[in-house]
Amino acid sequence: MIERIVCAGFGGQGVMSMGQLLTYAGMIEGKHVTWLPSYGPEMRGGTANCHVILSEEPVASPIIHEATCVVAMNLPSLVKFENMLQKDGLLLINSSLVNQKPSREDVKAYYIPANEIAKELGNEKAANMIILGAFIELTKIVAFDSILSALRKVFGPTKEHLIPLNQEALEKGAAVVREQ
Amino acid sequence: MAKILMKGNEAIAAAAIKGGCRYFFGYPITPQNEIPEYMARELQKVGGCFVQAESELAAINMVYGAAGSGARVMTSSSSPGIALKQEGISYIAGAELPCVIVNISRGGPGLGGIQPSQGDYFQNTRGGGHGDYRTLVYAPATLQESVDLVMEAFEVADYYRNPVIISGDGMIGQMMEPVEFKEIPKRELPPKDWATDGTKGKRKPNIINSLYLDPEQLEKHNWRLKEKYDRMVQNEVRYEMYNLEQAEIVIVAYGTTSRVVKNVISILSKEGIRVGLLRPITLWPYPEKAFDEIPETIKALLSVEMSTGQMIDDIKIAANGRWPVYFYGRSGGMVPTPDAIIEKVKEILRGQR
Repeated sequence: MIERIVCAGFGGQGVMSMGQLLTYAGMIEGKHVTWLPSYGPEMRGGTANCHVILSEEPVASPIIHEATCVVAMNLPSLVKFENMLQKDGLLLINSSLVNQKPSREDVKAYYIPANEIAKELGNEKAANMIILGAFIELTKIVAFDSILSALRKVFGPTKEHLIPLNQEALEKGAAVVREQ
Repeated sequence: MAKILMKGNEAIAAAAIKGGCRYFFGYPITPQNEIPEYMARELQKVGGCFVQAESELAAINMVYGAAGSGARVMTSSSSPGIALKQEGISYIAGAELPCVIVNISRGGPGLGGIQPSQGDYFQNTRGGGHGDYRTLVYAPATLQESVDLVMEAFEVADYYRNPVIISGDGMIGQMMEPVEFKEIPKRELPPKDWATDGTKGKRKPNIINSLYLDPEQLEKHNWRLKEKYDRMVQNEVRYEMYNLEQAEIVIVAYGTTSRVVKNVISILSKEGIRVGLLRPITLWPYPEKAFDEIPETIKALLSVEMSTGQMIDDIKIAANGRWPVYFYGRSGGMVPTPDAIIEKVKEILRGQR
């Protein structure tokens, strides 16, 4: 088992933390994991992406050249990264912000209106957790509980009150792709 | 102790504190800023001290001073910042003081860029400072190895009374991986009776200096340093040999590129092509003796670097004409792709078979 996930969007959409949570959850489950961010003279609103690898074997290079999954939180990310997907790879598209179809036809695309669902939950910042919920539902790569454990570690006791919102966001994301 | 997920720069800083570092002097530069950031936050909690100096030159000379007082001290920077520290490094080596210098390198020359590069191989292994001196250079490939080597670097620096360089790059600094802080082997260290930590009225003042105006004395000093560097060559070489059995080509690569090469090895083995990896962990002293372990099946060596070929000289010296040496590299912050390395391996094999 090896999953190579590219999470991409604009700065502030939580693509880095989405990747970190997944990495953390993988580590909690005893998997070999790496997280590699793009870094550069970027700021809120600029482009951001991270490469996450979860594997049963030690991870050689943390750089992804062929992804098993691409998360596109906005249109530039879809355009830039869809060609990195392997055949039959998973393409998760934030359809709240992306109004066009991928050019690839040999991949499994899912459309998740993450911003709208998150807004309904009361916090648009949870859009990343909606997509993460969808990803975990589709791949079963880690347990939902491991993500929640990771969240608790990252948030710490002062932000415990944010856990229910995030849990709900994960569940909504999972429900959306179950229906597709 | 359980594994924790850390960013490379933070893991290096945390390892330094675990390794006994109590003083840090630095000046900001991407992509290593999380090191001073961590030190600024954490050193005071363990009774240490962090100073953001006004320049790299000031920072390395603060390191010189703190090391002279017998403290465990570190500085970190990235390529052009390390270039600015070279004068101080030469002085510290000349005065025989221990310290650890972390170089999370980026693309050069000049101001260059901020993406990962191995274009500092010459700077790290040959040094930009003057005179007959050497620095021990560790080049970790994973964050676990970074943590282990940083902790050990303080022991080694004290043991030889010499600067030790940790050579990473932007990828090592920025990525996250689980790390575990394990106990590292402790060396038998003599007391620092040379330190300028106050006579308390009981002894003559110690003097720390690198000035020897009498050439005969300076020559004597330099030969004594040489003898010390020879002991490092004898005792401190480290390397990893991977998948060499029945291999036709050995790729020589260190740090980040060695990780890409491991992907290459696994892809090629599925095609029935066996390639090995010789990974220097110490860039200086260079693992020349590793080349004596290369099996007879090997037809050629291939150096893969994130530079235009700075390690080739060392490989050729170590190979001593026994194998042809080929090169593949990317520069300026570009990382070699597995596909490109695979193509190079196949091209060499077509010529060799």
